[in-house]
Amino acid sequence: MSEEPILQVINVCKAFGGVQALLNVSLRVKRGEVFGIIGPNGSGKTTLINCITGFVKMNSGQVLYKGKEISNKAPDQIANLGLTRTFQIMRPYYSLPAYKNLIIPLFSPRARRTGGWRGGGKLGDRGTVSIDILEEIGFERDSFVPYKLASSLPTGYLKRLELARCLALRPDVILCDEVFSGLSMSEIASMVPLIEKLQMDGITLIMIEHRLRELFRVASRVMVLNFGQKLTEGVPEEVMRDERVREAYLGSEKDTDYI
Amino acid sequence: MNEQLTTPERRKERIDRGIKVRTEGIYAISSWQEVAYLVLPRLVLIVGILLLPLLMPSLYWGRVISIVGIYVLLALGFDFLAHYVGLVSLGGAFFIGVGGYLAAILNKSLGLPPALTLPMATVGGALICTLLLLPALPLRGVYFAIVTLMYPLALMRIIEALNILGGTDGILGVASFPYRWLEQYLILVIVIVALFGLRRLVNEDIGLVFRGVKDNDQAVRASGLSITLYKAIGVFIASGLGSLGGAYLSHIYMWSGISQFALDFSVIPIAATVIGGGGTLVGPLLGCFILVPLSEFLRAFGTLRIVIYAVILVVFIMFRSEGIMVYAQRKYHQFERWVKV
Repeated sequence: MSEEPILQVINVCKAFGGVQALLNVSLRVKRGEVFGIIGPNGSGKTTLINCITGFVKMNSGQVLYKGKEISNKAPDQIANLGLTRTFQIMRPYYSLPAYKNLIIPLFSPRARRTGGWRGGGKLGDRGTVSIDILEEIGFERDSFVPYKLASSLPTGYLKRLELARCLALRPDVILCDEVFSGLSMSEIASMVPLIEKLQMDGITLIMIEHRLRELFRVASRVMVLNFGQKLTEGVPEEVMRDERVREAYLGSEKDTDYI
Repeated sequence: MNEQLTTPERRKERIDRGIKVRTEGIYAISSWQEVAYLVLPRLVLIVGILLLPLLMPSLYWGRVISIVGIYVLLALGFDFLAHYVGLVSLGGAFFIGVGGYLAAILNKSLGLPPALTLPMATVGGALICTLLLLPALPLRGVYFAIVTLMYPLALMRIIEALNILGGTDGILGVASFPYRWLEQYLILVIVIVALFGLRRLVNEDIGLVFRGVKDNDQAVRASGLSITLYKAIGVFIASGLGSLGGAYLSHIYMWSGISQFALDFSVIPIAATVIGGGGTLVGPLLGCFILVPLSEFLRAFGTLRIVIYAVILVVFIMFRSEGIMVYAQRKYHQFERWVKV
């Protein structure tokens, strides 16, 4: 594992009118690590992901991916470089069955480069490949679930579908925007091994999370955002011992336990 | 009736139950009856369309059938764009006008026969329309509709004001088709090919991308696909169909003029889609085969024609707003048969 950062964000600023959503935020993520971003509601976490992946144009600052600048690229170009994201509010194609949802990312230039025109190369057509990906992400292959319309799937499966869409692109980095939110405890418990497996597959993960206990199980470093500014960064235990973090994130009572 | 349903030996079963496996679009067929169940409606449609000119041999109705075919191309394009790409287009008149003028110019100034002008006007017209609509592609919903509506109006006034391309007289003396039956059957074959081609396309992988753009364009961008590119391809297909219709129109009337930018070409396809059932692609075709001849029948009523036409439309929208084909497809899939238990 090289020490050269796979993703580097330098002094990103973004203002929506008079609201300064991000102010001089910088971060470095190493290849293969799980990096957590936490912070109270409205602290700019999702805006940061939007800026990195090109969905929102930043006012100033730079994003370097594998050493190359991607600051002004369109979202689809960035996704084609292997820097993918999930959406906090899931964005499946509701009118399509779950497995056909994946045919769309499999049709992207990046996936076609490895899979050929038909889709999976030797693995079969895109439908077959998408069923394989769905199985990997926790859809039971022999059940009806992968064939159901996305509009009839429960939240847990939709969150997995978000991750599956990223996986279909054979990503190097996945930016996960609250994959645990809205899930039951047992659903979260079954998601954590999935995240660990992605990391073992060599995928770099950047996770926005409010479920700190689960995040700290997988993340090696976390960054804390507050009112668009970076408070601190470091290993989870260290960060949560920080007085400012406890004040901003958990309220000001001094002896509150963080979990 | 009820005791029949509960006899121990036999029960009722929906015919499509055995055929559909897990999801729409995957079929398991095990007998010729099931093949017939799937093929029959398609066969009836194709044979019906091809028999029409023989059933209505008069010159007048023959011409009406050709016009219906042109409207069908527009309605197919509208339905495809609106329900599979997510762009509501009022550009029927635009596509017809561009294709019509292009075919007339190619025929008059270069002397090309219809066999060449039709494909050239189709591709050329689609290119022109797509390029002109390119700036509007990031727009959604009613804003895109307004831009597509503006183009035919603007082009009509430009031709009128600058007195180019024959001005208000139009381009006269465009070559007609050599045989009458060719004129009749070519458009019907084109319509059938376009219908089944589009139905195939929307279920191919690229068709799923189009549907993704309609469903959730941000997710398509996150999937590494440019939504502008796929919207442009969608507009190219729809405007190609429209331009082909326009070129056909020029050749059967042997004339091309500013009335080809008339808003009828934008509005009637939409009405046909509403009546026939949007999103089915067959529906708009049926809608055209009902609406266009209907307006011919109503000619006897003079100006009252429009009132009757409007009343029929309103009644349809109020009482069968899903459209004929959506209703018919549902009923057809609910057919039952007796099976031994």
